[in-house]
Order: sequence, then C-alpha cells, then structure tokens
Amino acid sequence: MTSRAEWPLYEVFIRARSGLEHKHVGSVHAADARMAIEHARDVYTRRQEGVSIWVVRSVDIVASDPAEADALFEPARDKVYRHPTFYAIPDEVKNL
Amino acid sequence: MYTQGLDHSGPESSASHAEGASAALRFQARIDAEERIEPKDWMPEAYRQTLVRQISQHAHSEIVGMLPEGNWITRAPSLRRKAVLIAKVQDEGGHGMYLYSAAETLGVSREQMTSQLLAGAAKYSSIFNYPTPTWADVGAIGWLVDGAAIINQIPLCRCSYGPYARAMVRICKEESFHQRQGFEIMLALCRGTPAQQRMAQQALARWWWPSLMMFGPGDAESKHSAQSMRWKIKRFSNDELRQHFVDVTVPQADYLGLSVPDRELRWDATAGHYRFGEIDWSEFQNVLKGDGPCNRERMAARRRAHEEGQWVRDAALAHADKQRARATGRAA
Repeated sequence: MTSRAEWPLYEVFIRARSGLEHKHVGSVHAADARMAIEHARDVYTRRQEGVSIWVVRSVDIVASDPAEADALFEPARDKVYRHPTFYAIPDEVKNL
Repeated sequence: MYTQGLDHSGPESSASHAEGASAALRFQARIDAEERIEPKDWMPEAYRQTLVRQISQHAHSEIVGMLPEGNWITRAPSLRRKAVLIAKVQDEGGHGMYLYSAAETLGVSREQMTSQLLAGAAKYSSIFNYPTPTWADVGAIGWLVDGAAIINQIPLCRCSYGPYARAMVRICKEESFHQRQGFEIMLALCRGTPAQQRMAQQALARWWWPSLMMFGPGDAESKHSAQSMRWKIKRFSNDELRQHFVDVTVPQADYLGLSVPDRELRWDATAGHYRFGEIDWSEFQNVLKGDGPCNRERMAARRRAHEEGQWVRDAALAHADKQRARATGRAA
C-alpha cells in the first residue's frame, strides 16, 4: 500500500495550436498519467492555451549537465562555414 | 520541471574553498549580464534557499488567498458574479500550482512545502488573514489586493531565476482580469444606493492599510532586500513599489467617489507623488506573528481540507497501483 506517499511529478508539454511544437510549461503531481493530463488541463489551459498535452514522468527525463555544456557544444563552435553569411558573393549576383 | 532529487549541496560542499569562490564570482557575473539561472545550473546555497523561501511563501499565499473570496462564492449577487468569482478563485489555485512547480525545481518537494504550511512553520501574505464580511470586500480585494500584487509581481517576471520568472509571466497575464473584475464590483456599488456606497466605503477603509502593508517593511527595516537586489530576484525596493501603488490607486478611488482613510494623504505636485501617512507596523507584526483577525481560521480551513482529502489521494494512488499491477500481470 502506497498510503501517505506523494503523487509522482509529471512534466507538462503543450501544443498551443496545430502547426506548433509542444513546449514545456511546468509540472503537475498526479497518481497516474491520465490524471496528470487532466491536472495539466486544469492548471495550464484555463484560457484555451492548448490543443494537445503531453505528460512525462519527471524521473524519466534525461538532461545534459550544464557544467559540461562547454565540452558538449564545443564541436559546433569553430564551424562558422555552416552559416550562409560565411560565403562572400558579389552583390551583382542575384537569387543566392 | 526536472530537478527534483538533485543533490544541490553536493558540488558546492565538495569543491575547495577557492573553487567555490570563483564559482560564486562567475555566478554573479552571469546575473550582472542579465543571464537567467536555470534549475541545474550552479548556484550559491543562499540563493537557492532565498528562492525556496520566497517562491514557497508566494505559493502558500495563492492557496490561502482562495479562502477569503471563496467565502462569497455561494452568496455572489448574480450568476455572472458567481461564475467570475469561481474563475478567479480557480486562477488563484492555479497560480499556487505554477509556483509550487517552480519551487520544486530547486530540490524541495511539494510534500515538504505543504507540511511546512500546515504545521504553521511557513509564512504566507498577511493580507489573507483579514475577513470578508460583505460583498464589497470581494470587490476591494480584487481592486486593491490584486492591484498591489500586480505591482509587486510585474518586476518578478524579470527575476534572475528562470522557472520563477516564467511562472510570474503566466500569473501576471491572468492577474489583470482579477483587478478589473474587482474594480467593476466597486463601480457597481458606488453607482448604487446610498447603502451600497457605504458598503464600498467601509470595504475600502478595511483594505487600504493592509494593502499598503503587502509591500513589506520600509526599506530601512527590510532585512533581505539588498542581497535580493544584487541577485536580481528583486528589482525595486518595497517603498518604491508602495509609492507606485498609492500613485496609481488614489485617482481610481477618486473616480469611485470614495475617500482613502488617510488624513495625511495629499498630492505633492513638485515630486509628482502622493504623500501618505505613517503605516501602523505593529498591526503588521501582529498579523505576521499569527494574531491577525483570521490567522487561526485560515490555517484550520487548510488543515481540514488537507485531512479530508487524504482518502482521495490514497484512493487515487491505490487505483494507479492496481492498474499498473494488472498491466504487468497481462504482460507476463
């Protein structure tokens, strides 16, 4: 019996309208996933802020470590040639 | 948000003193550069504790704040007023949830915060320890208390801690309806019968000074202010925010034809501000200590709601456990 245990924490992601991605908005406690969706509706969409809700148990999220962000993102740092502005094209050439 | 259970004290206590000092310097540099601090980022323990205290107190205030107005849901004077009041009280509950969620990113659990509130160990805004004897009090709360809350909260949308700032953006968007519905109630009463006008005037008299106290002690007395300003948790001093509230609210009272209960109130044309009388801080201290008109009633109502809801929370967990066990049984 899990009496006196706390309801687990779920992270909530909401699609504001079709065509947009789901975006993290916060978290709710709920006994199970279905209740988490209902709580997320009551807490985060009282003014029609969404057309779709995702919930995921917070303990199931794997996150990168901010302390290692420098090393993690280092490979992209010296590759400016991935941006179009890196290339010098004469002004008179159009549609490039 | 996903940091529950992270060991925040770990990195700081294991780092050498010199490392800790340079981390603190880097942290302050990020704050000074207006960068936002996010849950898993390194932060000084005192910053974390300050935020846990402030955000949880703020959340408790929203939750306890449902009680004075909830008192009038069954007696609202029309179906429209009733629907509006229910929506407002639901918003306050929602605001409490956004804020608990933000506080949980700092490693404190919802259960810890709830038990601190129920044990009387956590503070909440002293304004909610005042009674709502008439319908006009519901109008005065929306107009003045939510008005003061908005002025307090708008700068918090730029707070250095990301989850708190984001919760505040959401809250401030919703708060404006609260203030306007309150002013509309006051307006209806002030355009009504002499008895209704009297009711509005008495509610203003009850809520004016407690609303000014919502901004906290004067700058000279405020013990947490300087550090919170350095950390950009706070952007303006208590006295600056209070002055702003008086400046915007007095003309609204004039429009309603109500008189603000302060003999010393006068317009200072040179400064461009209203000058107002001395606040009775002994009253504030009393309410804070637990001796306000409704402190015991509010806590008793919270405890009763928590205890009476225990079987629901237990049953929901038992149901979830049973469903999970069945699903595992089928899979095996």
